[in-house]
Amino acid sequence: MRWVESVTKEEWEKIDQVIAKYQGRHGALIPVLKETQEICGYLPKNVQRRIAEGLRLSASQIYGVVSFYAFFTTIPRGKHIVRVCLGTACYVKGSKQILDNLQRELGVEVGGITRDRKYSLEAVRCLGCCSLAPAIVVDGDTHALVDPSEAIRIVRSYE
Amino acid sequence: MQMLKCEDLQGIKERATLPLQKGRYRAKINFHMGTCGIAAGAKKLNALVLQKMEENGIQDIQIIHSGCAGLCSREPMVTIESPGLPSVKYCDLNEKKIEEIFDRHILNGELIGSYALAIDDGGEALPSDEAPRLQDIPFFKHQVLWALRNRGLIDTEDIDDSIAREAYFGLAKALTSMTPEVVIEEVKTSGLRGRGGAGFPTGSKWEEGRRYSSFPKYVICNGDEGDPGAFMDRSLLESDPHAVLEGMIICGYAIDAHQGYVYVRAEYPLAIQRLNIAIEKARNYGLLGKNILESGFDFDIGIYPGAGAFVCGESTALMYSLEGKRGMPRIKPPRSTEAGLWGQPTVLNNVETFANIPAIIRNGGKWFASIGTKGSKGTKVFALVGTVKNVGLVEVPMGTTLRTIVDDIGGGIPDKKEFKAVQIGGPSGACLPVSLLDTEVDFDSLDEAGAMMGSGGLVVMNDSTCMVDTARFFTDFSVDESCGKCVPCRVGMKVMLNILNRIVTGKGEKEDIGRLERLGQHIKETSHCGLGKTAPNPVLSTIRYFRNEYEAHIQDKRCPALVCADLIQFRVDAEKCKECGLCKKACPTDAITWEKKTPATIHLEKCIRCRSCIQACKFSAIE
Repeated sequence: MRWVESVTKEEWEKIDQVIAKYQGRHGALIPVLKETQEICGYLPKNVQRRIAEGLRLSASQIYGVVSFYAFFTTIPRGKHIVRVCLGTACYVKGSKQILDNLQRELGVEVGGITRDRKYSLEAVRCLGCCSLAPAIVVDGDTHALVDPSEAIRIVRSYE
Repeated sequence: MQMLKCEDLQGIKERATLPLQKGRYRAKINFHMGTCGIAAGAKKLNALVLQKMEENGIQDIQIIHSGCAGLCSREPMVTIESPGLPSVKYCDLNEKKIEEIFDRHILNGELIGSYALAIDDGGEALPSDEAPRLQDIPFFKHQVLWALRNRGLIDTEDIDDSIAREAYFGLAKALTSMTPEVVIEEVKTSGLRGRGGAGFPTGSKWEEGRRYSSFPKYVICNGDEGDPGAFMDRSLLESDPHAVLEGMIICGYAIDAHQGYVYVRAEYPLAIQRLNIAIEKARNYGLLGKNILESGFDFDIGIYPGAGAFVCGESTALMYSLEGKRGMPRIKPPRSTEAGLWGQPTVLNNVETFANIPAIIRNGGKWFASIGTKGSKGTKVFALVGTVKNVGLVEVPMGTTLRTIVDDIGGGIPDKKEFKAVQIGGPSGACLPVSLLDTEVDFDSLDEAGAMMGSGGLVVMNDSTCMVDTARFFTDFSVDESCGKCVPCRVGMKVMLNILNRIVTGKGEKEDIGRLERLGQHIKETSHCGLGKTAPNPVLSTIRYFRNEYEAHIQDKRCPALVCADLIQFRVDAEKCKECGLCKKACPTDAITWEKKTPATIHLEKCIRCRSCIQACKFSAIE
């Protein structure tokens, strides 16, 4: 299945506003990429090109930065983003099990998106929530002390 | 907007402590809302209390939101102060409990001992012994709160509350009665060493930053706390942002810089939000910006959220990231103090280092140097996590033994398991066995043990942790997070990971241990930055202290801790099986048959080796 790169007209306008806001500023690239990703959810090639032109940087520089940082993604994300913490504290308390279960139940690999585009499954390297390990975050809500067998129920509660 | 002068601070301090004493409020409820408290449900409880206030037509209750009080495993937690009663910390709350506390404690002035963790300060212990004094609880007794002195006490969004606890008093003292040189001398006297991991003397770094006379200069606070298992910086920024800002302004004054940046991980949205509020409030008071406290000194601070790269915790990589580039370390020298951000002199310190500065200026360097060991002065904050009873944030004097931290403060290992190792220093650190529990925590003795202080993550592991798998986990992390600039780290770590993967799947060869040791040593010697130089530590330390586990995996094809799924037989030991059926319930693929009064049987053709049964079995009957 091929994803349709769908950036709407309004989104393009917003992206241009972000570029205009940061134009000419020192070290603006990462904030621009961040705000842009907030607008359209991911950073497809045509968006990267637009930013390159706007900030007068080469497209390769943009791609270099996008591919370097874990925060940026070039593929669309699901409606809900499920992030399983694989930090040390979570790992020793069984977060691998949570990840395995979710991969099996949702039928996606880490970094993937379900066929119905409802869920993206991601692994993160520590949410700093180690005292409540193991932790998962769904759309910004942190769920603490997750039981591996309960994880899928928590995820499915996000419709 | 009100531009403060130095003498105004004292007035704000006195005013801020008054309302409760003067009887304007019948009670003050302090919700501990760090990320931990919120995840445990503090927001819901807060809403419930507001609803109860409205229902009862009560307005004279002061509600504040502070940061984490340290003992994260007992969240949600509140502290209630009311005239005539000692201040009480209630823990492990839920909706039912908070309603009851509201009705009985707040409306009727009755202390509920069975829900209380402790009486907070000064008060006597309750006769029933249900609520001891905070300082008598082992978790708190051994701690010395310097960097965390305001944790859980102040409303993070109210700058007056911070000033009431003497925020910016150190800054006022520095600006009015100390020259920059004297400030640097005071920091040198304190013996403070960088809390980010490497332990470089802070005073010397500032002195160097001052010496170079190329302008503008920059101050950077490194809050890119990437070590998995560490959350000291997050907690500090969430509970006491003004201490960090004050430390940075003082540093700016000392080195003659006028711009600072705080680089915070994007994974810490609450810390960023609170920092933003703190900066705005400080600006409104004239504590940031032009002519601070009418001293003629200008300084401003911006926040820069990271973008998810562990390597950006390295100082030169962080600066490249701030410049909008890929975060890759460069070779030193020149040091950042000479050519840092945008090629200008830059002093970069860790969050905890800056948080220590105000007290050093207020109380003097000698005061700070009065505790600690020969080479490491003051205190250190640790994130105590993993399989230990009391999980949370602890601050202890340098020189405290690991045993005190794990057994006394941490309360030992729960669920009748045995202590196996404590991992210190994250992916750059080491796993230390029980025989080294009497090691004192300071920069030098940890170094000797093959570990390092790191930023302060302490992950306790019990006997159901496999050390080979743990080493594999950290190596996998380092491979993933290697920036790819230099070969030893990029390729060498990958080769180490391949060998470890071989071992945990039962394909290990006899020579593999030697290979890992040799390669690890090469990577340590030839890598480019601090992260590469320390990346093999988890493997080397587990080989050093847990060689028998490696041998069991390689020679006997057996994982003693029953973690590595390929090396587990998934067979029920009929003698140990208590015929309870829990494993059958836990099995997601119906691979286990069991009937009452017979031992369970695992059918390997259906088994997906998920280990659910092993976790469910209370009698270790599956091998």
